Amino acid sequence: MIKVEGLKKRFQDLEVLKGIDIEINKGDVMCIIGPSGSGKSTFLRCLNMLEKPTGGKIYFEGDDLTDKKTDLNLHRQKMGMVFQQFNLFPHMTVMDNLTCAPVMLKKMTKEEAETRAMELLKRVGLEDKAYTYPNKLSGGQKQRVAIVRALAMGPDVMLFDEPTSALDPEMVGEVLEVMRELAEAGMTMVVVTHEMGFAREVSNRVIFLDEGMILEEGTPEQVFDHPQNERLRSFLSKVL
Amino acid sequence: MSAWFDKIYETFIETGYYNLMIEGLYNTIKITLGALVIGVLLGTLIAVTKYFSEDVPVLKPLAKVLDIYVTAIRGIPVVVLLLVFYYVIMTSSEGVVVGVITFGINSSAYMAELIRSGINAVDPGQMEAGRSLGMSKAQAMAKIVLPQAVKYILPAIGNEFVALLKETSVAGYVAVVDLTRAGNLVRNNTFDAINPLFTIAITYLIMTVGLTRILAAVERRLAKSDKG
Repeated sequence: MIKVEGLKKRFQDLEVLKGIDIEINKGDVMCIIGPSGSGKSTFLRCLNMLEKPTGGKIYFEGDDLTDKKTDLNLHRQKMGMVFQQFNLFPHMTVMDNLTCAPVMLKKMTKEEAETRAMELLKRVGLEDKAYTYPNKLSGGQKQRVAIVRALAMGPDVMLFDEPTSALDPEMVGEVLEVMRELAEAGMTMVVVTHEMGFAREVSNRVIFLDEGMILEEGTPEQVFDHPQNERLRSFLSKVL
Repeated sequence: MSAWFDKIYETFIETGYYNLMIEGLYNTIKITLGALVIGVLLGTLIAVTKYFSEDVPVLKPLAKVLDIYVTAIRGIPVVVLLLVFYYVIMTSSEGVVVGVITFGINSSAYMAELIRSGINAVDPGQMEAGRSLGMSKAQAMAKIVLPQAVKYILPAIGNEFVALLKETSVAGYVAVVDLTRAGNLVRNNTFDAINPLFTIAITYLIMTVGLTRILAAVERRLAKSDKG
């Protein structure tokens, strides 16, 4: 579904990604772990071109996103993204947050979008919050709304950029639960996370990224129980 | 007291100059409102163009030109602009139209900076969230960023509005009978300086205070809806 070839990203003098090759298949739940500053978030943000790569190629459903002729907006409709800071639209109700993009981009009528939004809100237990504004929600509720806002576009893949890092500890569980259900429903997911428990239990592939390179890749069992790379071992000894 | 009323009657009513004063007030309001609309629209256009030029190379030269425009307009006294527009650029236009255009253009340079800072005050994550849903940059700007920027910009636009209203008092430099010019004409023709000049001073004061009050109320409204 997504194929990354020799992906490089440089910010002025700092080379953040030094050539990443990876293929993400339909149904994969891939967790990206690694120390801070390793390039995890930058890598994820390159996947939907929020960050423009300075080298390499990214293919999404066969189209090269780094090609200037590719219609990025069209592809982004199929790549949902969830941010660390939620980034809900504060001037809109929860309902409008969910329906504004599908309606504006003519994916559905207002009525269809609202029906669909209500279904999604029910799925995450927030149907009673449909007509409130984001500033009345807790962090965990905001992030659940952010997840269904992305889902409202009917994406083929969901990108999560440290979705629980800005949450109070007692709210992490409710967000991870939604993500777990999403994974079980077969959604293709790429998750940058510090939640090792989630990575171990929910994902089918784990990538260890450090200093802009993939140092190890495998099933959760391989990566967590039989780490080969020295730096991965030292990383795991600090976080587990 | 009654002598004073007699004097007012003599200056404005007997002579029929009250009509001139009303016409002046009407022109002042026309110029101010027209210039405000042009200032906001042109200012938004400039600010948004500059914002987009950051990653659309084609717009870069245009942004440079706009920078020069803003610097030039802000560096030239509005009276000079008014004279240039009236006697050089728009020689065949009516004074009021020249006033609207000149004050509008003058205002747009200040508005552009205000609006740009308002856009910059909106969390960049908002634009990113819009883009990640598949919106174009223009769509996300219109639907997500600008509506939030308004909240930051509105108080400053209110101040600019009041400043603009007072600034239009120099419109009389060209053949426009605005409130100030009207009062001054009446003073000149009746040899009564106190009443015409005090009348225009008080009229400006009432308008600026009224405007400030209305804007403060609108801001309170916005702040309230912000709290949910």
